[in-house]
Amino acid sequence: MISAFFIFNQKGEVLISRLYRPDVRRSISDVFRIQVISSSDVRSPIVTLGSTSFFHVRINNLYLVAVTKNNANAALVFEFCYRVISIGKSYFGKMDEESVKNNFVLIYELLDEINDFGYPQNSEIDTLKTYITTESIVSSQIAAEESSKITTQATGATSWRRGDVKYKKNEAFVDVVETVNLSMSAKGACTVLRADVDGHIQMRAYLTGTPECKFGLNDKLVIDKSERGAIDAVELDDCRFHQCVRLNEFDSTRTISFVPPDGEFELMTYRATTNVKLPLRVIPTINEIGTTQVSYIVIVKTNFGNKLSATNVVLRIPTPLNTTTVDTKVQNGKAKYVPEENVVIWKIPRVQGGQELSFTATAHLTSMTNRQVWARPPIDVDFQVLMFTSSGLIVRFLKVFEKSNYHSIKWVRYLTKASGSYQIRF
Amino acid sequence: MNVFARAAPKKGENFELRADLNSEYKDKRKDAIKRVIANMTVGKDVSGLFPDVLKNMQTEDIEQKKLVYLYLINYAKTQPDLVILAVNTFVKDSDDSNPLIRALAIRTMACIRVEKIIDYLSSPLQKCLHDENPYVRKTAALCVAKLYDLKPELVLENGFLDQLHEMISDSNPMVVANTVTALSDIHVSATSQPSTSSSDPALFTITSAILNKLLIALNECSEWGRVAILSALARYEAQDDKESEHICERVVPQFQHANGSVVLGAVRVIMIHMRGVRREDLTKQLVRKMAPPLVTLLSSPPEVQWVALRNINLLLQKRSDILSNEMRVFFCKYNDPLYVKVEKLDIMVRLANDSNVDALLSELKEYASEVDVDFVRRSIKAIGQAAIKIDSGAERCVNVLLDLIATRVSYVVQEAVVVMKDIFRKYPSTYEGVIPTLCANLEELDEPEAKASLIWIIGEYANKIDNADELLSIFVETFTEESYSVQLQTLTAVVKLFLYKPDTSQAIVQSVLNTATKDCDSPDVRDRAYIYWRLLSTDPGAAKSVVLAHRPPITLPRTTVAPALLNELIGEISSLASVYQKPAETFIGQGRVGIDSVQRKNDLADDRQSTQKALATVAAGQQSENLLDFDDEPASDQPTGLAATQVLQTPAAVNLLQGTSSNPLDDLVSLFGNTSMTPAIAPGIGSANMFGGMGSVGSPVVTPVAQHPLSPAPAPGQQEDLLGLF
Repeated sequence: MISAFFIFNQKGEVLISRLYRPDVRRSISDVFRIQVISSSDVRSPIVTLGSTSFFHVRINNLYLVAVTKNNANAALVFEFCYRVISIGKSYFGKMDEESVKNNFVLIYELLDEINDFGYPQNSEIDTLKTYITTESIVSSQIAAEESSKITTQATGATSWRRGDVKYKKNEAFVDVVETVNLSMSAKGACTVLRADVDGHIQMRAYLTGTPECKFGLNDKLVIDKSERGAIDAVELDDCRFHQCVRLNEFDSTRTISFVPPDGEFELMTYRATTNVKLPLRVIPTINEIGTTQVSYIVIVKTNFGNKLSATNVVLRIPTPLNTTTVDTKVQNGKAKYVPEENVVIWKIPRVQGGQELSFTATAHLTSMTNRQVWARPPIDVDFQVLMFTSSGLIVRFLKVFEKSNYHSIKWVRYLTKASGSYQIRF
Repeated sequence: MNVFARAAPKKGENFELRADLNSEYKDKRKDAIKRVIANMTVGKDVSGLFPDVLKNMQTEDIEQKKLVYLYLINYAKTQPDLVILAVNTFVKDSDDSNPLIRALAIRTMACIRVEKIIDYLSSPLQKCLHDENPYVRKTAALCVAKLYDLKPELVLENGFLDQLHEMISDSNPMVVANTVTALSDIHVSATSQPSTSSSDPALFTITSAILNKLLIALNECSEWGRVAILSALARYEAQDDKESEHICERVVPQFQHANGSVVLGAVRVIMIHMRGVRREDLTKQLVRKMAPPLVTLLSSPPEVQWVALRNINLLLQKRSDILSNEMRVFFCKYNDPLYVKVEKLDIMVRLANDSNVDALLSELKEYASEVDVDFVRRSIKAIGQAAIKIDSGAERCVNVLLDLIATRVSYVVQEAVVVMKDIFRKYPSTYEGVIPTLCANLEELDEPEAKASLIWIIGEYANKIDNADELLSIFVETFTEESYSVQLQTLTAVVKLFLYKPDTSQAIVQSVLNTATKDCDSPDVRDRAYIYWRLLSTDPGAAKSVVLAHRPPITLPRTTVAPALLNELIGEISSLASVYQKPAETFIGQGRVGIDSVQRKNDLADDRQSTQKALATVAAGQQSENLLDFDDEPASDQPTGLAATQVLQTPAAVNLLQGTSSNPLDDLVSLFGNTSMTPAIAPGIGSANMFGGMGSVGSPVVTPVAQHPLSPAPAPGQQEDLLGLF
């Protein structure tokens, strides 16, 4: 399993080094620095040198590196690296060089806790926060009792929840967040090459005691493709649940029941590929006029009810590498040419449903001695639409049962967004 | 407090630290310990402060205690005599009322690999294994594995192993998971000892009683625990088909877990135990349920995605029906990392069929206009693979290739020419109309492979190309400057031309044979020229039947690894071995595979198959130094060179004499340690040939990478010429 774990900065300096097993030495970090960080051509996230394998993940100019000497479980190692990142984000807001340096003591403490002898241990953020805190704890009799409770819970069947949670007001917030991935070709008729939805159901539970929750989605929900029935049904290709959901029960009766962790967690993620409603239609007409000009006409149509609106719409329209200036004309929002990224960025703060916006521009090019073909990267669109789901998924009910039978208030919000993967080729 | 931001160390920084560590103020001492740890991290030697740090071990402050422990783990070995001073505190802590402290003490103690500490470990560990608190028990379970790693006899003497076996029945699922982890860890280290007998108590055999406990714990423990239990389940050997079915049914719900490694772990268990399932409908159902979670893994972070893609690739080789309708989800996103894109390409070709070939082609054409040269080349290769795989789509593939050639981007044209050669190979005399377009780009070609391919095409169709002699004479003029592969091709093409049109090409064949035998410094080229010369001068009729012989058609290999290896790798899903698609022995352990382990393998499996496997492993092991470039053509996972020939039961010549082999090329090719086009292999040749013949992963396209400057890899056309030799 994981023999050592390192965090490097961009320059290859070791910020954190923790050895878990005796089969590697601290100096192994030099090998990684020389072979991977200093090397310009690394084309794989796993590098094996001799019998040592380095798994690395990059985030904000940091390298998180797990070292193994055996036939390790690659998926597990990467999942572990990403868990370290999410724990870091949760503890100190972001994961970058500065926060790692400022919190190195805490990171060592965490690394000691979430991995023992190379095997990942409990890494539930909420539970970790109960006994690894930024303030120092002084061991006393009271603390001992408290830790006894914590540890029992950390290893129990509901390791994600303490038993003694109390709230004056019992509330549960459900956020359905869908990310639309689109890849559309504008050649010929606009054809959708692939459109799918990555859905996340985030829940914030502020509930007293040990509540038993039942969660219901659309009536005509089809989760298994073979069960396909009604035409207007919402079909989910696959869904995955937080570890609190009883998978056996879901497998046999399709009910989602669970004891939620306290606070925020991701209840469920799902994927849908059929009947995906695309909130924005983008129709580009882009022509290269000779070798000195490119003309752009981009039309954006909103494809949802006019009571709703899309916010923070950002289109990134690529220009050739040898562009000097771009003349843009827009009725809504602002358009600006960003030479260092070779794009025109068109920002529209808000668009109502059923509207149509247009963008026209001309890019002027310098003549180049060796004319390269322009790769024509796709137009990328980011946006957010509140109270709209691309898949059509709706939360029908959320029931909370608890011994004391209290009343609880539930809130549901929907958000459909795209960031970096809503692409239109032209 | 940012300790890293301190200025460069002044003289005697350690001296200052020592003063601070012995300060009378608590805060100052703690701050000093933090600085010591910071120095340790950046690699400065702070081992000299050992006694001073140790003094701060006895404290109420857990954070400080942890820091001191961290220091101890690192430096205990350098000061073995002083470590004894820490023992008291450890033993005391392991009896603390706070379970966190008890666990911490036992965990750290087992990490300090010093004989003196270990001797004191047994009794606290004994106690902690029976602790009332599950957190302490689960920590203690792993400590047994740590101790075994250090001093196995101590574990046996104290009966820790038996206690672990009892702990599998623990009421707490996390304790069960860690116990399984510990036992598996011990099992692995015991089996890696050459002297292990099958009755070694350290071996962890999963009985059906244990099985049931594991299946119960599986649903209750943490995600990492589930992975541990799933890998234990993967090792279980089911008694009958009922039991296999039972395991599959119990594991299937894990497909819905949010953690990708749990999902892949479940896939692994299902793939293994599905072999034992006899009910057709259940098998079908399992395969159907497997597809959605695999696709969902594609929305994970890129690294996890990549691991998933490599495994999907393997799974598709085993069961091509898993994702039959899902090709579109493998379309590359513009901002996918290259390693993900390359894997997706390969899988797309695997999933290509009559109905989706159009979508695939327009997608591949799109990729061919991207900026990354390597990716563009692979996309074009994929077009060729699609053409070879799907007969009905071949024409559309050719049209796409022609469009790409029209772009006149140098590397695009060159790659397209190479691909066209394979299409000509598969569909002889079908696309001759394309030849003029290809020849028009003659001047643009500067890569040996592209040149060689075009020359091969010209030679093959010399009777139909009017100005073939003119075209070839361009290469004959520059003969000595070309690379060997081009020389070999030119030589053969000219001879073919002469055999087709003896009247007009007497001069050119004379000149090329002259140059090749006199001025060429490659023995291969010279030898071939001599052979041709003699053939032509003694019996032109024989020369015709040799050089212009009919060639077997090529097909796309369905698997990139040998069937036996594939089964082994399927059993290792989600591990490094399955990612690299080669046996674990090639990249871990003692570097080489010793004779002992080869011997043992022989004992275990039935003889012939395992002999081959072992030899393959040895051959691959010889190349394990080269693992850095594993993501290039992973040719190293095939036995090459001598090893491959040893595996052959019947030498190529015998095959030929007996007439059993339609294709002696495989054998010959494997002699050269290169793997290129994969002709349809007659089943009679057996799996030994498969080793040699199926080299370049997922690609029938010839890749003559010069592996050694002195012995150039055989050129694309060498196969047919070798065939000609016999």
